[in-house]
Amino acid sequence: MTQWSGYLGLILQGALVTIELTLMGSVLALIMAFLAGMGRVSRFFIIRALATTYIEFFRGTSIFVQLFWAYFVLPFAGLSLTPLQAGVLALGLNVGAYAAEVVRGAILSVGREQYEACTALNLGRWQGMRYVILPQALLVMLPTFGNNAIELLKATSVVSLISLADLTFQAQVVRSQTGSTLMPFLSVLVIYFALALIISWGIRTLERRMARGLDGVRV
Amino acid sequence: MDWDWNFVWEIMPTLIQGVKITILATVLGSVLAAIVGLGIALARRSENRIVARSVGWFAEFIRGTPLLVQLYFIFYVLPDIGILLPPLVAGVIGLGLHYGTYTAEVYRAGIDNVPRGQWEAAKACNLGGRHTWTHIILPQAIPPMIPALANYFIAMFKETPLLSAITVLELMNQAKSVANTYYRYIEPMTLVGAFFLVISLCSVVLLRWLEHRYGRIER
Repeated sequence: MTQWSGYLGLILQGALVTIELTLMGSVLALIMAFLAGMGRVSRFFIIRALATTYIEFFRGTSIFVQLFWAYFVLPFAGLSLTPLQAGVLALGLNVGAYAAEVVRGAILSVGREQYEACTALNLGRWQGMRYVILPQALLVMLPTFGNNAIELLKATSVVSLISLADLTFQAQVVRSQTGSTLMPFLSVLVIYFALALIISWGIRTLERRMARGLDGVRV
Repeated sequence: MDWDWNFVWEIMPTLIQGVKITILATVLGSVLAAIVGLGIALARRSENRIVARSVGWFAEFIRGTPLLVQLYFIFYVLPDIGILLPPLVAGVIGLGLHYGTYTAEVYRAGIDNVPRGQWEAAKACNLGGRHTWTHIILPQAIPPMIPALANYFIAMFKETPLLSAITVLELMNQAKSVANTYYRYIEPMTLVGAFFLVISLCSVVLLRWLEHRYGRIER
């Protein structure tokens, strides 16, 4: 029994790494999503082209390939990353590309009359975006952002393959040390699922709070 | 960091071996996902509340946990209870099950989109349960969901590198073994990335065509 608790401690340590990766990856993804998403609706061709290239590139190649590329190929270019840095970079850039399309869709979903109202109130492009468009678009983005965050959480398992000691990695460690297979993998699956439930619950709560005071503005 | 074309040509045959397995896994996985998805969607509409609920929870659980861990689960846990699967079969089952839970949602939406009147007409024509499904509902439900299904199959294709973790000799694994033999990562990894990018860009064209061909598709 004492043995199991030791192994459980190992798995919980892995859970901490997974959570850390998910949080840092989400922050990077959020930044990239807004940069690229707003870039795609920019007035300037060059910014639109840059944003589209970024999005298509990172959505087109698999997260796994990107991670390996960041970890194994970049050192040859003189840029050595620790597994954690490579993981956060690959996860953030990859999920950011998916989320950028969400940002673009949400911005475009805000009605024309809102843009006209901005013009009528003599708001500049940036002011209109900041005070009128984004507050409404944010509510549209939120549920899909939740799904993206869960995708990111699931994708973190891939970093175990570049020897970062996350949940999946620790499950493998426990498997190779004890020879037991059901206990490590089942408990790891349950922990991932619990984390996913926490994310979706958090997003739902956030959505309810943000929707407060918007009754009548949106249906 | 220098790119060596001779090395590229040297490793090309090995990589093409991997491509074959990657494509095989994707095709088999897609077929399985299409079947599993339909099964889950039908089970969730079952009259029996217990079946509907438990299948719903099961699908939710699979969707909330990483594919990689599920692959490990199939690959390492099942042999303990006497089911020994070759790596490729285990991989295909993992891909099919995981994406089956996603395609189930597509089927659900497609089935819900069939107008009520069709159900009533089937009843008026005195068709039994099975005939209603095979002759009235599914023929109308499936064509509009083809683009969405194809979307998931492309997503699955991009996840096939994960199979390398359970020793399937697909593209990523071949690239890794080549890289480890010659200690050159730039060419193999970049080629894998380029391969996925090219296929993804082609699949965008295919998707457009499917959307055009099968018309009305929700965005």
